[in-house]
Amino acid sequence: MFDDSNIIAGLEIGTSKICVVVGEQNADGALNIIGLGQSRSNGVRKGEIINPEQVEEDLRHAVFEAEQMADVEIRSVYLGVSGGHIRGFNNRGVHPVVSADREISQDDVEDVVKNAKAINLPAENTIINHVRQHFFVDGQDGVTNPVGMLGARLEVDMHVIHGNANRLQNAVRLVRATSLEVEDVVFNGIAMSLALLTNEQKELGALVIDIGGGTTEYVAYSDGIIRHSGVLAVGGDHISSDLAIGLKVSLTRAHKLKLEHGTALPTEAAKSQTLSLTNELGLELKRVNVGHLQRIMALRLEEIFQLIAQDLESAGLTDYLRAGVFLCGGTSRVPGIVSMAENVFQMNVTPGRTTAISGLTAALDQPEFATGIGLLKYGSLRQRKHLSRPTLVSGIKGVFGKFLPRS
Amino acid sequence: MQTENQPPLLETSAVAGKPSVRIIAVGNAGDAVLGALNAAEFAGAEFVAINTDAAALAASVAPVKMLLENKLFRGLGSGGDPERGRALAEEQFSTLKSACEGSNVVFILAGLGGGAGSGISPILAKAAHEAGALVLAFVTLPFECEGNRRETQAQTALEQLKAAADGVICLPSQKIFKLIDENSTLVETFRVTGGFLIEGVRGVWSLLKRPGLIQVHFGDLCGLIRDRHAENAFAFVEASGPGRAREVAEKILNHPLLDEGRVLAESDAVLVSLTAGKDLTMAEINRVMEQVKHQCVHAQVIMGAAADAGLMEKLCVTIIAAKSSAPPSQVMPRAESHSLAPAVTQHHREPALSRQRKRGTGTKPVQGQLPLTIISKGRFDKSEPTLHRGEDLDVPTFIRRGIALN
Repeated sequence: MFDDSNIIAGLEIGTSKICVVVGEQNADGALNIIGLGQSRSNGVRKGEIINPEQVEEDLRHAVFEAEQMADVEIRSVYLGVSGGHIRGFNNRGVHPVVSADREISQDDVEDVVKNAKAINLPAENTIINHVRQHFFVDGQDGVTNPVGMLGARLEVDMHVIHGNANRLQNAVRLVRATSLEVEDVVFNGIAMSLALLTNEQKELGALVIDIGGGTTEYVAYSDGIIRHSGVLAVGGDHISSDLAIGLKVSLTRAHKLKLEHGTALPTEAAKSQTLSLTNELGLELKRVNVGHLQRIMALRLEEIFQLIAQDLESAGLTDYLRAGVFLCGGTSRVPGIVSMAENVFQMNVTPGRTTAISGLTAALDQPEFATGIGLLKYGSLRQRKHLSRPTLVSGIKGVFGKFLPRS
Repeated sequence: MQTENQPPLLETSAVAGKPSVRIIAVGNAGDAVLGALNAAEFAGAEFVAINTDAAALAASVAPVKMLLENKLFRGLGSGGDPERGRALAEEQFSTLKSACEGSNVVFILAGLGGGAGSGISPILAKAAHEAGALVLAFVTLPFECEGNRRETQAQTALEQLKAAADGVICLPSQKIFKLIDENSTLVETFRVTGGFLIEGVRGVWSLLKRPGLIQVHFGDLCGLIRDRHAENAFAFVEASGPGRAREVAEKILNHPLLDEGRVLAESDAVLVSLTAGKDLTMAEINRVMEQVKHQCVHAQVIMGAAADAGLMEKLCVTIIAAKSSAPPSQVMPRAESHSLAPAVTQHHREPALSRQRKRGTGTKPVQGQLPLTIISKGRFDKSEPTLHRGEDLDVPTFIRRGIALN
């Protein structure tokens, strides 16, 4: 009656919110977002689960909300992961072409990719994603598909993202406990860049930064491939915490102050401005200086950008990001953050916009949901690949389908 | 007399560009370090060994050897007693002075804690000063396991030396102890300790001798390390190849003697000397300096760059960091009670110096603060710290950068 194999769901267990995005893929492969569920996340710190029971409860809420909205049952999800333990690096695989005519075959390509995946990791780590970069044929750079070319030596670069196996497994187990299947685990950084960047931007070179609640992920593209990725376990929570320490107020109050008065660019006028904090009866408790508030916030945000800029500098990528920097994540809503980032990176900075997805855009064109949408897009790309490579069942269906009457 | 003598000497050296340097090793430890110095690298320097132990001196490689002898010693050395060492040195003051005559700069190499090193070095510094030379001492402090007595002797000698010399670069051996694995032999350990001392000497040497693209004056160096109590930390790193500036900066941040950059953050004066082949670029200097400056926000940074064709593609960086951890007022009286040296030396100093010193002691005592402020991490107190190049990012940025609100 209903075949929901074309229903795809992306799940992000974030530090400040848990978000489920449901999409529908039509026969052409076009993606349409039909549902969205979110709930406040209470059991996550710096992108890692610290209270599984709490997270499970929040997760059920979010999934329920999404199912209600989309009016479908979610059976499996693409799970986004993050955390300070995640690292990305580039690895190269080499394979000699041994066939007599020196023509590179599909088998050679598969072998070299396999070689590039064989890497030494610390025992407790596991690979989350690996993304193929360019092939080299006899040292010739920038080959995207070497099948059919002539050469003696085939090499390929892989960008490998790995993290602590136990911590990743925690999230997967938790999702399974809510009787959802995990289709695939995806690094949040890859997901958000799928949602935000067009192919041209990837080709030109771009840096995507997702400043979330507990972590900041960044991914750098150039020549159409992922060059560099990283995670800083610093995010919006740190700003609240800094404010709580610096202004000597409670964490909740600090969070509220951040939302109401936060900015990335301290103003002269604010220096002499004070805010009075009142208790529930309207009595004044304390006065805080707006200048201090802005200063503390600006310093933290600036530091985050500086750390990323340093990392890219040491990876030698600064000059290759011609499309500029794209920001997403909840913290990218802070007023003035774009000009601050422009100051630090000395390049064009744009608030990221989700592209190439239809449906519910008004609700989804917000920086917080970029990762969720990206997960959906990852899922749709994956499934399209599966569709194009027939499985046994669909293969038989394909062959005999012609003879079967349509029901 | 000397006070009038000194400035012209300095000036002539500035004209010649190359001050004449004498490297004097005192005691067995100093001699060992001198033996390990690569003499070819220090071409133009004169090496002198001074010891009370005739047998050890005979084995020394130094071309000029001076045996301080006394009937009391019976050729057995000072017996680990700095009082005897000093008495002897004072007796032979004129000999020491003549040994220092004719050089603009005197490096003293010694291991403090024993008889000769601790006793003779301060007097030698004084003698060299009277002979019109600038004096820079490179000394090691004993390992903790060598006992209390040597420790106190070393501390006393260090204070005296600080009063007498223009600059003291001091390396506590205990610090090196951590860097050596358990299996290394005693000989190796001393070799490593000496090696670090030599790196310091080499760094200062290259500052003085190599044609400086960006000059550091000896006076700058002396100003930097004079009056700083406690220890100096120094590190010598080198790298080559296209990414050498970055590599060097990284090595500095990971250098064990700098406690992975923490020493830099705590120090209040830092001298950086870069030496490379002719291809040294401004961008490289800038990159290294940026890293260093980023680490030491509070420190006064002095930078020098020199080119040396012999280095080919290598980039060598020497960092000397000085910090004044303990208030000197606590230590000074003890030093003076032990010896009259500081008072005597002050007499012979050039007026500017003594004025400075007087100002130093004349300032009001400052109420120190114990480092008891617990840096709060707020809600991240119990979570795993987010470490990034030795910094805990969970601590608010404004606290880490020392930015005062108000």
